[in-house]
Amino acid sequence: MGIRSLSLAVGALLATTALASAETLTIATVNNGDMIRMQKLSDAFTSEHPDIDLEWVVLEENVLRQRVTTDIATKGGQYDIMTIGTYEVPIWANQDWLVALDDLGDDYDVEDLLPPIREGLSVDGTLYAAPFYGESSMVMYRTDLFDEAGIEMPDAPTWSFIADAARQLTDKENEQFGICLRGKAGWGENAAFLTATANSFGARWFDMDWQPQFDSPEWKETLQFYVDLMNDAGPPGASSNGFNENLALFQSGKCAMWIDATVAASFVTDPDESTVADSVGFALAPDTGKGKRGNWLWAWSLAVPAGSQNVDAAKTFIAWATSKDYLALVAENEGWASVPPGTRTSLYENEDYLKAAPFAQMTLDSIMSADPKNPAVEPVPYVGVQFVAIPEFQGLATAIGQQFSAALAGTTSVDQALTTAQQLSEREMRRGGYLN
Amino acid sequence: MARELSPRRRATLTTAAWTIGFLIFFPVLWTFLTSFKTEGEAIAIPPSFLFFDWTLENYSEVQERSNYLRHAMNSVIIAFGSTFLGLLVAIPAAWSMAFSPTKSTRGILMWMLSTKMLPPVGALVPIYLICRDLGLLDTRSALVVILMLMNLPIIVWMLFTYFREIPGDILEAARMDGASLRKEITYVLVPMAVPGIASTLLLNVILAWNEAFWTLNLTADDAAPLSAFIASYSSPEGLFWAKLSAASTLAIAPILVLGWFSQKQLVRGLTFGAVK
Repeated sequence: MGIRSLSLAVGALLATTALASAETLTIATVNNGDMIRMQKLSDAFTSEHPDIDLEWVVLEENVLRQRVTTDIATKGGQYDIMTIGTYEVPIWANQDWLVALDDLGDDYDVEDLLPPIREGLSVDGTLYAAPFYGESSMVMYRTDLFDEAGIEMPDAPTWSFIADAARQLTDKENEQFGICLRGKAGWGENAAFLTATANSFGARWFDMDWQPQFDSPEWKETLQFYVDLMNDAGPPGASSNGFNENLALFQSGKCAMWIDATVAASFVTDPDESTVADSVGFALAPDTGKGKRGNWLWAWSLAVPAGSQNVDAAKTFIAWATSKDYLALVAENEGWASVPPGTRTSLYENEDYLKAAPFAQMTLDSIMSADPKNPAVEPVPYVGVQFVAIPEFQGLATAIGQQFSAALAGTTSVDQALTTAQQLSEREMRRGGYLN
Repeated sequence: MARELSPRRRATLTTAAWTIGFLIFFPVLWTFLTSFKTEGEAIAIPPSFLFFDWTLENYSEVQERSNYLRHAMNSVIIAFGSTFLGLLVAIPAAWSMAFSPTKSTRGILMWMLSTKMLPPVGALVPIYLICRDLGLLDTRSALVVILMLMNLPIIVWMLFTYFREIPGDILEAARMDGASLRKEITYVLVPMAVPGIASTLLLNVILAWNEAFWTLNLTADDAAPLSAFIASYSSPEGLFWAKLSAASTLAIAPILVLGWFSQKQLVRGLTFGAVK
């Protein structure tokens, strides 16, 4: 073999090795419109970074949560990027399970992130997950029904206004219900909604000594108000309605009002899916004049688990997917209304976006009024608006959500549901070492 | 011979059987129909049964977003692999329990069944750690072994019940003719127990096909079967029922076809004894 052919062979071998060393990022994500769009548009990233391959694992939210929690807790290293929410970030960062994202590059403009979202994803001032889209909750209502009844929805309604309007707009014989709210048991379903609502009634989960507060008059007022309102003005079988069921009811014109995630705004205003797309108005989540509104705060975010072998490539991808340029890329391909909302201040200063998304200002106001560090009227020892960022919360809130759901269905009383909730949480807190 | 039935009673029974059959089949039919609707029609109240604009859009989107064939191939390998491996282990085990029982046979059978009483999530972390340390996370071989172990008690129990009905004298006759143990099992027992083995095989393939705990928790991308494919179309915040229905239809189609063609064997194996 001549020197020439030998060097050619070595060259070919080196080239193969170089090709083989292309990094592959495994990205675990949830099934929603924004995430699927990111998957579709990721060719733009791979053409800029030919040395990085992307593999997508899309799962239903609860399956994903169980899956990534097992992996990160055992340092399985199956994923390089995980999609997690504001609930997981403080807990996982404190366990040293996440890589700090304080160096996403000069162009990233971390100061542009909306302050409540950034705060919810940071621990001791360090960002541990980059927000992909943020959401709060707000009132969605039928402008046509309100006009007909001569009721005017204020931008910032109170709970008593909402309750009066709901009762007035209910016509059960014609399957017209004044209000649709979550009733299905689950920590991300009715427990999230009622925790956020309780904040506006002055209730809280725990006092500063981690003593559960379900025996307080504020919780009694919250739950009694909710059960009475739903019995008078809610749809039948509301105790099994979650986000999707209420979405279907609202889109088919059965609900005059629906208080839920801001992300629903894009669904209910879509003429292809919604029969009421032309007549939907938005207002801030209600309050009782105690200084807190009943809206929550959530951000689906991208984080790098500590077990990843491709930290630098993962950070490069995250910086791309959560950048201002990505928002512009979505706008260019699918229009401004499809841009993932609720993460960057600059988006809400963009005239094109404000024109394309009629719910933009209300989403921004809702997010800005949420304070994950001080969610309740009185001080609390935990972070989180519609959740308590402790590992015990998922199991506990699901059990308590079942009690609330039973109170709504009428199989238990409000008092009994709260007594059981108090007992359950005292036991769990004692077990977890929060209480002696 | 079947008992004579009066025409009226016969008609009533036939109607009842068809009604029950239709009720059981209805969710599958509804999923199938929904897969051809638009997302708006899928959630419409009142729902439309047959008169809507039929569309293949959901199927094309599912094809575009996911690699269906790879997921289906993983399902086939995992379901059949674990079942065949299970039969390989279970046939000798059931033979020994059926034809040379000891005092502890019954106890062993009960103990095997008791392993099914542990909720799988209780064993998740240890098994995950074992797979991680052996480099078996996201591999089909790990799932073949784990699903085999999961379903082994059922396979052994089913085969044991079939084998017990085979007269021991036949096996003894084979032994008298000089058949070795291997020959006795391969040439005498197995051919006589074919209906039983076939129905065990089919039932276990279906169980392994539908398994959605280990297959979701131990895979990421390479080994993800159809359970992961369906899970990627479900969402608690967003009504994607038409796409989910299309994904579900694609996921159940192969097993439905298999069940359809083998229903005779399946029913025979489940309702009759091995040699009746």
